[in-house]
Amino acid sequence: MLEIKNLHASINGKEILKGVNLVVRDGEVHALMGLNGAGKSTLSNVIVGHPAYEVTDGEVLFNGKNLLGMKPEERACEGVFLSFQQPVEIPGVSMVNFMRAAVNAKRKYCGEEPMSAGDFLKLMREKRKIVELDSRLTSRSVNEGFSGGEKKRNEIFQMAMLEPKLSILDETDSGLDVDALRIVAEGFNRLRKPETSALVITHYQRLLDYLKPDIVHVLIDGRIVKTAGPELALEIEERGFDWIKEEAGI
Amino acid sequence: MEMKNSFIREVADRKYEYGFETDVHTEVLDKGLSEDVVRLISEKKGEPGWLLEFRLKAYRYWLTQKAPTWGHLDIPEIDYQDISYYADPTAKGKSGQGDKEIDPELLKTFDKLGIPLEERMALAGTAVDAVMDSVSVKTTFREKLQEKGIIFCSISEAVKAHPDLVREYLGTVVPYKDNFYAALNSAVFSDGSFVYIPKGVRCPMELSTYFRINARGTGQFERTLIVCDDDAYVSYLEGCTAPMRDDNQLHAAIVEIVVKENAEVKYSTVQNWYPGDAQGRGGVLNLVTKRGHLRGRGSRLSWTQVETGSAITWKYPSCILSGEGSQAEFYSVAVTNNFQQADTGTKMIHIGKNTKSTIISKGISAGRSQNAYRGLVKVASTADGARNYSSCDSLLLGSHCGAHTFPYMDVRNDTAIVEHEATTSKISEDQLLYCNQRGIDTEEAVSLIVNGYAKEVINKLPMEFAVEAQKLLGVTLEGAVG
Repeated sequence: MLEIKNLHASINGKEILKGVNLVVRDGEVHALMGLNGAGKSTLSNVIVGHPAYEVTDGEVLFNGKNLLGMKPEERACEGVFLSFQQPVEIPGVSMVNFMRAAVNAKRKYCGEEPMSAGDFLKLMREKRKIVELDSRLTSRSVNEGFSGGEKKRNEIFQMAMLEPKLSILDETDSGLDVDALRIVAEGFNRLRKPETSALVITHYQRLLDYLKPDIVHVLIDGRIVKTAGPELALEIEERGFDWIKEEAGI
Repeated sequence: MEMKNSFIREVADRKYEYGFETDVHTEVLDKGLSEDVVRLISEKKGEPGWLLEFRLKAYRYWLTQKAPTWGHLDIPEIDYQDISYYADPTAKGKSGQGDKEIDPELLKTFDKLGIPLEERMALAGTAVDAVMDSVSVKTTFREKLQEKGIIFCSISEAVKAHPDLVREYLGTVVPYKDNFYAALNSAVFSDGSFVYIPKGVRCPMELSTYFRINARGTGQFERTLIVCDDDAYVSYLEGCTAPMRDDNQLHAAIVEIVVKENAEVKYSTVQNWYPGDAQGRGGVLNLVTKRGHLRGRGSRLSWTQVETGSAITWKYPSCILSGEGSQAEFYSVAVTNNFQQADTGTKMIHIGKNTKSTIISKGISAGRSQNAYRGLVKVASTADGARNYSSCDSLLLGSHCGAHTFPYMDVRNDTAIVEHEATTSKISEDQLLYCNQRGIDTEEAVSLIVNGYAKEVINKLPMEFAVEAQKLLGVTLEGAVG
């Protein structure tokens, strides 16, 4: 699915990623952990093509295709989805219009006809239920006046609508109360398929309790320094990151 | 950044969809302006003496005036002797036959612009007056409207068929001494529409005038007069396009609206004159005086404008609220790209008691354009209980364009309430990435965001126009992100 080789990236001339290697296979859920400033969000931004980041070396393959050579919207249409850490507000643009543009952009990319208004609204209704998103929210402007929890649920709702192959969840658990976390996590699990994968960026075990990752990575100072099974997350919860740093000789 | 620069280059190459020329025999008056030219125009139109007098007075006044310079505009020097003041594409060549026949090339032109003049093909529920250069080509659905006593024809015809009505109202809302361009227009105005809605009649169709400039080196001097009698209602639409040319063309118009007791007029404009090319060459100079007089008690007038075209826009559709309890609205979206300049807004003059006005202005600037809102809210000492709410927002696309707000207030009554709000914002990189990440390309993302921003105004337009305006916003700003 996703293959990252020796990825170096910088912002404003400052190198953040210093040689990241990562392979995500079909059907796998990977967790990416690490201290603030280690480069976790940078990695997700580089994968989706944020224009502020410059890739200085390395490559990213998505199902064998060179992802770094594609525009952000092409990456999305290929099936890469990012649940943003801080979803931005777009005043005046209703969720319905926004999602319709997104769904039809992807269909166009795949050579399909635009979806009829009737089918589209039916799909909205259906997918809304997955994250228990109120219909009042989908008739509002994108993320405008949404609470922190509603924004995150809205991200997973969009994921449900777009059915990506690879989903990146960037601290989707931050700012969520216990109930909202459960709704978001259960919604995510319902969307999992054998052929879809996910990269979950988080600081906390409580999200991983629901998502049950196959593999856990630790990113420190722009490199993945440790990769292990789900037990690693539990150990980090207990002992923090210092021992990993020591182990890695940082 | 490279990606964005390439977008800007794409804009530079974008096509103005209406930039074609029509090859039609056009009778064009020699360039230059003098009393003789004014007399000649009047003679060509077969006008009565009083109208020639009106024109001459205006011309003599114009000679004493200078063009206003207070706008936030860099208007190129206009050589008024280098313009032809009359161009008639309906004039027959020597082999000309009957008067009634319209050159099929003209009909084709309006077809191409999406304005079919065959009634059976016309947009449902819209009557059209089609004006090319100085002459009205055709007005549709006249008979049907006549059944209700509604007059909808070109102003030239109205002068002949309804001289008393025209004489009673012409120049009463915008006197020829109003300003430099108004004096010029009053001297040489050619065609435009005349609308009269009799007492108690609700006009059953949208009335619409489509202005087209075709002939080279000519100016267009539109003159429109709308009179809505007691308890009557009309919704009027105006659209405009012009061919792509390297030199500037002048469109100096006057629109006058009279609204009587409990009557209501909705006036909507989608202005898409040729804006000039990406280097700022050519384009229409749109210098316009539009004003409505709310004469009657409880009368209502709303101006809605979507301004996307023209190299220069100088335009302030205004309202004089004399009638007690009269209500006026101004909704505006003005978009400028490349080297376009707009200085536009409104004046709300409150004279009657309990009068109420609302101003919603949305400016969008891109490229190297300059976009200014200029508005005056004036409350006279007689206007007890007057209310105004103004909201002026500016949206900037890129860092080489300018947005400016010049709100003036002159309040002379203690009981009046006047509110003003203003914001300036930019489309952020994060908003674009968010759209891109959902598969929406940058062009469509800008169109979505801009339409969202302008929604409050677009929603005020009649249905078909709203759809047209949405597309136009997208096209005008295609790739204008930097």
